[in-house]
Amino acid sequence: MNRRKIRVLVAKPGLDGHDRGARVVARALRDAGMEVIYSGLHQTPEQVVETALQEDVEVVGLSILSGAHMTLVPKIKRLLVENSMNDVLLVVGGIIPEEDAAALIAGGFAGQVFTPGDSLEKICNYISSNFE
Amino acid sequence: MQQLVEELLKGNRRAAARLITLVENDDRRKFELLQAIYPHTGHAYVVGITGAPGAGKSSLVDRLLQVIRAEGLSIGVIAVDPTSPFSDGAILGDRIRMQDHALDREIFIRSMATRGSLGGLSRATKEAIQVLDAFGKDLVLVETVGVGQSEVDIVKTADTTIVVLTPAGGDSVQTLKAGIMEIADLFVVNKADLPGVDRTVTEINMMLDMKNDVPWRPAVIPTVSIRGEGIEKIWSSIKEHRHHLETSGRLAEARLRRVKRELTEQVEYLVKSRFWEEVKEKFFLGEIFEKIARREKDPYSSACELLDSTNFFERKS
Ligand SMILES: Nc1nc2c(ncn2[C@@H]2O[C@H](COP(=O)(O)OP(=O)(O)O)[C@@H](O)[C@H]2O)c(=O)[nH]1
Ligand SMILES: [Mg+2]
Repeated sequence: MNRRKIRVLVAKPGLDGHDRGARVVARALRDAGMEVIYSGLHQTPEQVVETALQEDVEVVGLSILSGAHMTLVPKIKRLLVENSMNDVLLVVGGIIPEEDAAALIAGGFAGQVFTPGDSLEKICNYISSNFE
Repeated sequence: MQQLVEELLKGNRRAAARLITLVENDDRRKFELLQAIYPHTGHAYVVGITGAPGAGKSSLVDRLLQVIRAEGLSIGVIAVDPTSPFSDGAILGDRIRMQDHALDREIFIRSMATRGSLGGLSRATKEAIQVLDAFGKDLVLVETVGVGQSEVDIVKTADTTIVVLTPAGGDSVQTLKAGIMEIADLFVVNKADLPGVDRTVTEINMMLDMKNDVPWRPAVIPTVSIRGEGIEKIWSSIKEHRHHLETSGRLAEARLRRVKRELTEQVEYLVKSRFWEEVKEKFFLGEIFEKIARREKDPYSSACELLDSTNFFERKS
């Protein structure tokens, strides 16, 4: 019989055109037993949130390399809240300075922020541990 | 639950999404939900799109959405991808091709993994179609990967089935699995910008012409989905097929067959699950398995004993 699965939306908001990192993370999450919806490049915050809504995901993972994380992440969080998706876990991955990461977490915008030094295992474990 | 259903019927997208999750997870309130929405289903026309991975199904759905939306119809899409047998996880990437429609309020797209259904169209997919039907969609497009059982399964659920092929390099159509020729109401030869398309179209037509006396002769339509070529033809062929089904009475027949199958499946499901529930309460099955393995018992009389131990088939009236 089917059981509950962690569903994750991996999205790339903003303008940068590299999704290798996002694809690698998507595969790692799949290998950890999650269902990963991958929606491709150049997503607007509105598209990300509408996709999260239709797909009814528990987790939204944003890959941001463009440097626009301080505007994109709070905006997406705000739209999630406006759509009563407060309980969706928002995680961010990308080239993000430590002080920005701290501010995003402290501000309640992101559950966790990962940078290129973090292992895939760490990302998977963080997400899994939120649903035990 | 009642509230979620009310919200669904009012057109709340989040309620639709939630309810699909519920059927997908085989939640124990599932039947209560399906029961509640059933009177509101039966409106949506279901189109199945199947074909090999990479044939261009998602790109075709994307272009079809554009054409169909121009007529003001409201559309649901269910895109099914296989669950990885190694991890039970999945990557569902069909939406990549459909991003232009992400913010259209009249289009609802849901990605689903096959989960336990061995490549077939899962029960959950059929139930998700019901949810989108009750949600008020005029049309539901179901994209499934044409491997294993799903290509055959889709026919049982879809009113019109589209098989997507591509111009083959070498020996082409002859090598197609027998089953796939039978299920199509419409053939699309996508990637018509690649060499070999004329030959593929001709070969399919020749195979189709060998059969006489068929109530419906499928069209064979070359398309270039990345450039939007041939898409209008697909849509008009879907409409023609629908017209044929409706005027010939075949749609009503097919839907009656579907109801029969649904009822049978449901009865069998209930019998099975109630039976095992009861038996597991009374017996330590592991012990029985061991005894059978040691040849102290046999599976045949053990099965009868298990059945007789329940008051399952005794209830008269
Ligand atoms: N040359 C060519 N490529 C196409 C066409 N349609 C789709 N593709 C490409 O084929 C690949 C798979 O397309 P997709 O729609 O995801 O296929 P699916 O796996 O069947 O859903 C993508 O790289 C598309 O860009 C077409 O008409 N011509
Ligand atoms: Mg696809």
